[in-house]
Amino acid sequence: MGEEKKIPQLKSTKMLKEVMSKYFYELAEASKTRNKKIAWCTSVGPAELAISMGFLVFYPENHAAMMGANRTATEYIPVANAYGYSPDICSYLTSDIGAYLKRETPLKAYGMESVPKPDVLLYNTNQCRDVYDWFSFYSREFNVPIYGVNTPRNQPEVREDVVEVCARQMEEIVPHLEEISGQKFDIDRFREVLADSLKCSLLWEEVLNTAANVPAPATFFDHCIHMGPAVVLRGRKEAIEYYETLLQELKERVRNGIAAVPGEKHRFYWDGMPIWGKLRVLSNTFASLNSAVVVSSYCNSWVFSKFDPRDPFRSMARAYCSIFICQDDNFKERYIEEKVEKFKIDGIIFHDSKTCPNNTNCRYAMPQRLQERLEIPFLIINGDLNDLRCFSEEQTITNIEAFVEQLEE
Amino acid sequence: MSRLYAGIDVGSCTTKAVIIDSRGEIIGSYVRKSGIDYRMAAEDALKRALGTIEPNGIKIVSTGYGRHNVDFAVGRRTEIACHAKGGFKYLGKGFTLIDIGGQDNKVIRIDNEGKRIDFRMNRKCAAGTGAFIEEIAHRMNIPLEELDPLARKAKKRFKIGSYCTVFACTEILSHIRAGVSAEDLVRGVFESVIDRILEMMPIKGTVLMCGGVVEHFPIIAELLRERIDGEVIVPPRPQLNGAYGAALFAMEMDQMK
Repeated sequence: MGEEKKIPQLKSTKMLKEVMSKYFYELAEASKTRNKKIAWCTSVGPAELAISMGFLVFYPENHAAMMGANRTATEYIPVANAYGYSPDICSYLTSDIGAYLKRETPLKAYGMESVPKPDVLLYNTNQCRDVYDWFSFYSREFNVPIYGVNTPRNQPEVREDVVEVCARQMEEIVPHLEEISGQKFDIDRFREVLADSLKCSLLWEEVLNTAANVPAPATFFDHCIHMGPAVVLRGRKEAIEYYETLLQELKERVRNGIAAVPGEKHRFYWDGMPIWGKLRVLSNTFASLNSAVVVSSYCNSWVFSKFDPRDPFRSMARAYCSIFICQDDNFKERYIEEKVEKFKIDGIIFHDSKTCPNNTNCRYAMPQRLQERLEIPFLIINGDLNDLRCFSEEQTITNIEAFVEQLEE
Repeated sequence: MSRLYAGIDVGSCTTKAVIIDSRGEIIGSYVRKSGIDYRMAAEDALKRALGTIEPNGIKIVSTGYGRHNVDFAVGRRTEIACHAKGGFKYLGKGFTLIDIGGQDNKVIRIDNEGKRIDFRMNRKCAAGTGAFIEEIAHRMNIPLEELDPLARKAKKRFKIGSYCTVFACTEILSHIRAGVSAEDLVRGVFESVIDRILEMMPIKGTVLMCGGVVEHFPIIAELLRERIDGEVIVPPRPQLNGAYGAALFAMEMDQMK
């Protein structure tokens, strides 16, 4: 490995912490006083609907990623395994349910003794079936209703009839939310929330796109940290304000030629889930090799440019049906190809995530097809989003070093 | 006096040191267990490889899992780069290198200019590596040095299905109970090492086999010959190939100055 680098820190991180803390304290307050109804929602689910009806939205995937990042997930996963959830299924699910069974949560830092008790559970199967199984556990546990959208996966195209069905499923949730919240659905408020969500999405996309500059002002590892508001606060003004600030800082970095990886020589694409517990190790490894991971399928998954407040249900259905993860390989390859060109990519890193087959794209020979077509090399890293029992740090670092050596030969 | 260069390959099981002169000829080498103190193992292997040779001004490049522990090296390279380098110096043409090590396997493709095209390492599991063979020998209570001659006496082809080391052991024990001969089983173990390699990427053309496993169990190269179309070459000391490549890098670094 090369020399350890001093990586410049983003000033916006301070605001990020404030914004995220405020959100968690708000949840803590509602959890204690029940002053607001709480909806749990999958991260690419119909959150805007719940927000428009006054619910505070809690995202278990974000909760699980927190446990991945602070590496407590490894203590909780075995608890869920022993309960009956296999070590081979989603380790977000097993981390989260394991922590619940152990009565522990990283939200203690915000004054919560446990996850905030939901009044309703909302899901979308656009990512995987696991989210439904995950939420079903809590539906039984808390005896609360579960509603959702059953989006088809592996789609060759986003068909209008599919959009229609998904939109109808979203509309069907409305009367249930009205009953739980005691609040009448207001389509204009829904349009407003969707408009805010769209603004957040577009700003987030702009943030990600600044990394197309050479050198990149931020890397995938920064994006993984700074994506929090795009996931948990989209549809709310705070997210818009945050990304306006972050975008300004990144543009300033671009103007001043400040690189996230000083001496950037190689630029990579990251496909698949982050390895939450190893973000720092990986970020340092790449940086020490003058390499920047500048773009990912993952962080771009919270760009919902198809939202249209004039046609809220159908456009929301269309946006949530159009995310990368639920398309077929042809779509994904075209998508990666465009990003490779736009971001001037030298190589593609595929993360083969043991417990996330749905967001792992190297198991059906896609890397080999892309290598042949794009004439750039690929590297497969074996690991997992949260389960560090599936990750060998030593082997991974050797693989990354050898990959960069190969580019430099 | 000719300048000297050394390559030290601190592997998961053994540490190898190779000394070369400025023509790239090997003039000393040593192999020892890596143990738990990698720096000491590297230092000791170097000393013993040097023997009576004066180490004045020797340039060292380290490789292998413990490469970062060798603080007296002037450079570090991954074992993938070093195997490719050593193999190309030996063959002088494009080839596929298969390295079977103590805890991982590598398949590296090298073009006619000696440039790496791509590489694969086995996934986390030990199956198909030296650790797998050691575990099986331990379970069957057969000394490691007896495995190769034993496999050569096999009468039947025997297939081990599992690619998990523990499951493969269980499978073997059930076959022992069913009366399968030790010879056939041991040959089956070596065949399964080949199976794991052939799963990593398609293998065509000339193959160079390196690493400690093929040095101790040359039957593996013979079994591979039966399974692929191209020629299979084993250098005189396959275990030293990584360290040799590292020494060549040390020479290259010196000459580029």
